[in-house]
Amino acid sequence: MSSPILKLIAQRVALGLLLLLAVSVLIFAGTQILPGDVAQSILGQSATPQALANLREELGLNAPAYVRYFRWLGGVLTGDLGTALSSRQDIATAIGGRLWNTLFLAFWAAIVSIPLAIILGLLAVRYRNGWIDKTISGLALASTSLPEFFVGYLLVYFFAVKWQIFPGISTVYDGMPFLERMKAIALPATALTLVVLAHMMRMTRAAILNVMQSAYIETAELKGLSPFEIIRKHAFPNAIAPVINVVMLNLAFLIVGVVVIEVIFVYPGMGQYLVDHVAKRDVPVVQAVGLIFAAVYIGLNIIADIAAIVANPRLRHPK
Amino acid sequence: MSNELEYLSRRVAAGKLNRRDFLGRAAALGVAATFANSLLASAAKAEGPVKGGILRAGMQGGAATDSLDPASWSSQVPYFFGRQWGEQLVQISPEGEPKPALAEEWGASDDAKTWTFKIRKGVQFHDGKEMTPADVVATIERHSDEKAKSGALGLMGGIASVKADGQNVVFELKDANADLPFLLDDYHLMIQPNGGKDKPDAGIGTGPYKVTVNEAGVRLGAEKFANYWRDDRGFADQIEIIVINDATARTSALQGGQVDIINRVEPKIVELIKRVPGVVIRNVAGRGHYVFIAHCNTAPFDNNDLRLALKYALDREEMLQKILMGYGSLGNDTPINKAYPLFTEMEQRKFDPEKAAFHYKKSGHSGSVLLRTSDVAFPGAVDAAQLYQQSAAKAGITLEVKREPGDGYWSEVWNKQPFSASYWGGRPTQDQMYSTAYYSKAEWNDTRFQREDFDKMLLAARSELDPAKRKQIYADMGQIVRDEGGVITPMFNDFIDATSAKVGGWVDDGNQEMMGGYALSKCWLNA
Repeated sequence: MSSPILKLIAQRVALGLLLLLAVSVLIFAGTQILPGDVAQSILGQSATPQALANLREELGLNAPAYVRYFRWLGGVLTGDLGTALSSRQDIATAIGGRLWNTLFLAFWAAIVSIPLAIILGLLAVRYRNGWIDKTISGLALASTSLPEFFVGYLLVYFFAVKWQIFPGISTVYDGMPFLERMKAIALPATALTLVVLAHMMRMTRAAILNVMQSAYIETAELKGLSPFEIIRKHAFPNAIAPVINVVMLNLAFLIVGVVVIEVIFVYPGMGQYLVDHVAKRDVPVVQAVGLIFAAVYIGLNIIADIAAIVANPRLRHPK
Repeated sequence: MSNELEYLSRRVAAGKLNRRDFLGRAAALGVAATFANSLLASAAKAEGPVKGGILRAGMQGGAATDSLDPASWSSQVPYFFGRQWGEQLVQISPEGEPKPALAEEWGASDDAKTWTFKIRKGVQFHDGKEMTPADVVATIERHSDEKAKSGALGLMGGIASVKADGQNVVFELKDANADLPFLLDDYHLMIQPNGGKDKPDAGIGTGPYKVTVNEAGVRLGAEKFANYWRDDRGFADQIEIIVINDATARTSALQGGQVDIINRVEPKIVELIKRVPGVVIRNVAGRGHYVFIAHCNTAPFDNNDLRLALKYALDREEMLQKILMGYGSLGNDTPINKAYPLFTEMEQRKFDPEKAAFHYKKSGHSGSVLLRTSDVAFPGAVDAAQLYQQSAAKAGITLEVKREPGDGYWSEVWNKQPFSASYWGGRPTQDQMYSTAYYSKAEWNDTRFQREDFDKMLLAARSELDPAKRKQIYADMGQIVRDEGGVITPMFNDFIDATSAKVGGWVDDGNQEMMGGYALSKCWLNA
């Protein structure tokens, strides 16, 4: 590979880091303007003014905002995310377990949904405008149009309450046997698959159809290649960039956007962890999780960009 | 067998329905008397402790921010879990009486200022150490220390000193208090080794269950403590609490058999849940109540006629039926109901647009009255405010309803704005309830109700050891709050829990939801 690609990639990564820094400022500012006060939220309705004052002092809430920002940024850069205000636990340790759970669920949802979406997309193109295409598109669109909590409740109603095949509560814990863990995440992973499927499928279909108009496809047809061969060899490789883009977007969603599914299935992932701490005004945790989410989004987008660059022959083989 | 009949037979077994009524209802359902009788026999037989198994609860009210330190507890799950692994000196019985727990017995001096508690011998902590009076003293000291940020700090204010004296612990109070044993039931006051001064969140206590799993906001688990001192608790081998904050998920977990007990069944779905086979609704009247609070010292609410107008303009019956679906009881503009010891019945205030209009006119107020509400004020608070708006309109009073964000409601609106919706969980005694929210100098006097004569009566009742005299003082105080206070109480809410039909040993306990918090210790799983 030659230098222009490396240069492009380096540019993207640098931009990403800069963006992350900007996001960190935004996150910090955002957490400062939340209404209410950490101490009050931690001690609840039953707090006396004296206890509140003591807690504020102890939590260092009396220092000016910019001082706290740089203290925090310094910590993050050295890998220290701080301690949760409310439970006094080390944030990095606590997040570690939750992040692993989130990635585990996202991984299995992705393993099922991405190949499925692409295969369905290819099928839809092969039989475009026929009943197969219409059925696939119709079902996928329907499952996406339903709000995710509704899809979740439907799954719970049938699979957990009525037929009792899978548990409706997806509580997973350390040391849980792999098969049990898989059984526990069956319903949330299915719900997530249904939610992201249509987007990727429709995008694949559209991207390939776009390419199918090209002259070289006609040539391939005239050569006598079968429709699947044409799609596999000639159309799909040229449509890969937008497909990768939409796949990455959905991957990012699977990691950072699943709080509703987590709540419905009681899955101990990052989303629920974040919401709990927002409710308690546990600012260090909110900041840390916000930063991780931003990093995931930016990281996956960089990967999508780079993949698009690498997949483009004109960029790969510059004159 | 019809669910209705199954339900009725359990009511008889629990002593809530007599046999004659049951047979009558059964006949109405078209069931032969012989069958109905055999049903009764099996329902009665089922009552008897069964040991073993895992008893699971699915609960709202837990978060990743929870800790095992009793001083920090303010939500359901941590203190419900605490009731299973920890114990206090005194525990309040389902009937509302203080009963011996880690204290075997106690007594007060004649002036109710010196209290002596005899500490039980031979009780072990989960780490194998024996619980001593020194641990008790250290626990009280820790919660009295402002640095510990204990939720019980307010209760500890009246204690001048605590000392161990042999097997006894002696409390010296600043002012006389006939209710000290009730205060010591507070769920923060779990006796910990050395009072938890070394490691407050170690989760070591003397309770029937020993903490094994502590994943805050997700899953809490405990196993039977082999050396537990009493035999009427701790039947299951293991207990587990799964935090399920979503109401639908909680219900479906119970239906799917993943948990055996759930808390907070929403009133609007109770009738539906009742029809589900194998699920039993357990509702009990408690001391919790929903309120609209007006500041008695802020215009226009400083005018008692306006407050009376607002009280008469509220259709309590309608609100009880529409917001709680009848799972509660009518409020009477005081924080006290019949669940309190020493309660005296008063005439029920009714919706009366004419009287409301009369007092409204007399108050001389014109224009609208701003009522702030929020989803978090109490379940259904936004709808309740709108119902209030409609009933007030019938009396010619314009209520303007403002919906506030749930975020920050407790720090920015409640106890700050002059007229808002809120709730109270209730307290074990009238003294505690009034001291917390109606005493002039109380931090949470959220109606700004400041009356010298009332304060004096409160203090007099607190030091009065003669129950008859105390009852009379409380009756007079109730009357004052009802007619002149700033609290408008539409209703007291029932605690509505649900269990699977396999759960045995349930008794109604209105002290808290989930059987006063003891569901996992006192219940068992029938095979």
